[in-house]
Amino acid sequence: MSFEQFQGTQDYIVSAELRDAVNVAISLERPLLIRGEPGTGKTLLSKSIAQALQKPIVRWHVKSTTRAQEGLYVYDTVQRLNDSRFGGGEVNNVEHYIKLGPLGQAFDAQERVILLIDEIDKADIEFPNDLLHELDEMSFTVRETGRLIKAEKRPIIIITSNAEKELPDAFLRRCIFHYISFPSSEMMKEIIKVHFPKIEDELMTQALLKFYWLREQPEVRKKPSTSELMDWLGALKRAGMSTANLQGKFPFLGVLLKKEADLVGIERRVN
Amino acid sequence: MLVDFFFLLRTRGINVSLTELLLLIEALQKGHADSNLVVFYALARSILVKKIEHFDIYDRVFAEFFKDVEFPEAMLDQIHDELLDWLKNPKNFDGLLPDKDLKAHDLETLRKMFEERLKEQKERHDGGSKWIGTGGTSPFGHGGSNPAGVRIGGPGGGRSAVQIAMDRRFHNLRSDLVLDVRQFSSALRRLRILSNDGQIEELDIEKTIDKTAQNAGDIEFVFSKARKNQVKLLLLCDVGGSMNPYTRTTSLLFSAAHQAQHFKQFKSYYFHNCVYGKLYSDMHQRESVDTKELLKNVDSTWRCIIVGDAAMAPYELSDAGGALDFFSHNRDTGLIWLQRILEKIPRSVWLNPDPVRYWNSSYTARIISELYPMFPFTLSGIDDAIAELRKR
Repeated sequence: MSFEQFQGTQDYIVSAELRDAVNVAISLERPLLIRGEPGTGKTLLSKSIAQALQKPIVRWHVKSTTRAQEGLYVYDTVQRLNDSRFGGGEVNNVEHYIKLGPLGQAFDAQERVILLIDEIDKADIEFPNDLLHELDEMSFTVRETGRLIKAEKRPIIIITSNAEKELPDAFLRRCIFHYISFPSSEMMKEIIKVHFPKIEDELMTQALLKFYWLREQPEVRKKPSTSELMDWLGALKRAGMSTANLQGKFPFLGVLLKKEADLVGIERRVN
Repeated sequence: MLVDFFFLLRTRGINVSLTELLLLIEALQKGHADSNLVVFYALARSILVKKIEHFDIYDRVFAEFFKDVEFPEAMLDQIHDELLDWLKNPKNFDGLLPDKDLKAHDLETLRKMFEERLKEQKERHDGGSKWIGTGGTSPFGHGGSNPAGVRIGGPGGGRSAVQIAMDRRFHNLRSDLVLDVRQFSSALRRLRILSNDGQIEELDIEKTIDKTAQNAGDIEFVFSKARKNQVKLLLLCDVGGSMNPYTRTTSLLFSAAHQAQHFKQFKSYYFHNCVYGKLYSDMHQRESVDTKELLKNVDSTWRCIIVGDAAMAPYELSDAGGALDFFSHNRDTGLIWLQRILEKIPRSVWLNPDPVRYWNSSYTARIISELYPMFPFTLSGIDDAIAELRKR
């Protein structure tokens, strides 16, 4: 096949389905929309792709106040005003005050880059719609200077979403979609081995049993995620815990459960 | 074949667009699925299905389309091979592209071919069962391992795409099942109606600076009206008795609603079976408020959600003194109280946790659903209810 192939990296375990989705998105030049529970490695994926394909990465972390325009470019009028009042800079050169946003940088780059749009659902509901045209055409014009910013090499776009808001259908139609499901315990073992290469099998099995048990408890409102499991294993390791310590006990529960009600309820049952 | 699959998805409620179908065809032409059906399963899903709530429907449609339950397993693989042939040569199916006419006989020939193959397979199957358990030569062999198998470190042996689809791993993500607080929160978050509150004006610093800069330094103030969520929500919930099985889900909704900070005002109360003169602020129904007092303090700008199974004895709804609880003798009937709420808050909905098929068999549920728009107490039901509440 002619397109670039993503196979995962050493420290990022990727399922075959996700790997294929990434490759399809690359070859069809469509944005890849990634959803999944918090802590399943949505954001890390783009880093892993960048590493594997050896391409630079441009990150755009979306916040509730982020507007689509900021992704393209910002005309720094305040700086220009300041320069005109107090001297300095090239006041007459408007171009000087145009600052490209992440999307603009990705389009303007000489080589193909990875563009991560992180947590797109954080912004206003209209936000994805405002980007439709730019994502389709991979180009836009800077109004103030009339300069056309056009991607020579279409960037590989990875978008993550926590599903806090519904994304508009028109936007969804243009994406390749992948849902990272919570890792099975087999896959989790692979992931753990990447982070803790020297962990004893027995300890890992015991810890995982407890971890998955905890996730299944109906009264747990906020289920612990992969990253919390890693923190917990780290805590166990640093405290020098062995399999024997885990027998009939559940140490450092606070690392896994972040809601007080969850913690109190489970603590009462297990310790 | 793909077009049939496409339309089956659409009839089952996944609104696949033509753009997406074309994209899938493009992906096939680029050779993304030429190795096997397992890959095709994931590929088609990643392009056609964009909501995890739909994954389960996709799985069911996929299993149904690519596996007819009457077929013996050996024959199944043959159907896969058939599709594989096609996946390898998608160019033969240029007729599927919209720029050429979609010829009916193409599909017919296809179907004929398909049936012939099936017949052929039957004979081969009678002759010997080399199609199953050969351990690795076929991408769908049950004993062998598939290099593109879906799970890393999963149970040994390749699995066919249909088997994977039939696992229905995404059952829990169906939108008609209720999961956790988080999903309730995101449903409730949709209940917002932003409007420019006519009264309050705020200095818009961003725009002021912008304007000033554009004026080359002459300061110009820009004021804008604050956009605030106008929704005030009253949540009433039936507890006890026949509602006991649903305690967990209702408490999830309550905690989600209490966490939600985007409502202008929010009040929640409990009742037992039907609303009468008193509403309770705790589940054990000890602290109470007068319903009349409450209704004085709300108006038609409020929205009201009532959660209850609406199943009670007819007299509880229609008789004075019909309240189940002997000590709370009610002068006015439950029905009158329900109408009073509706008069005060015309935009009210009823969420019923009982399965929809039972609603009609309950006399009281029928009566109430004539008053209140009634929705099932599931995620998609709540979505619909909120859409109803958003209407002005």
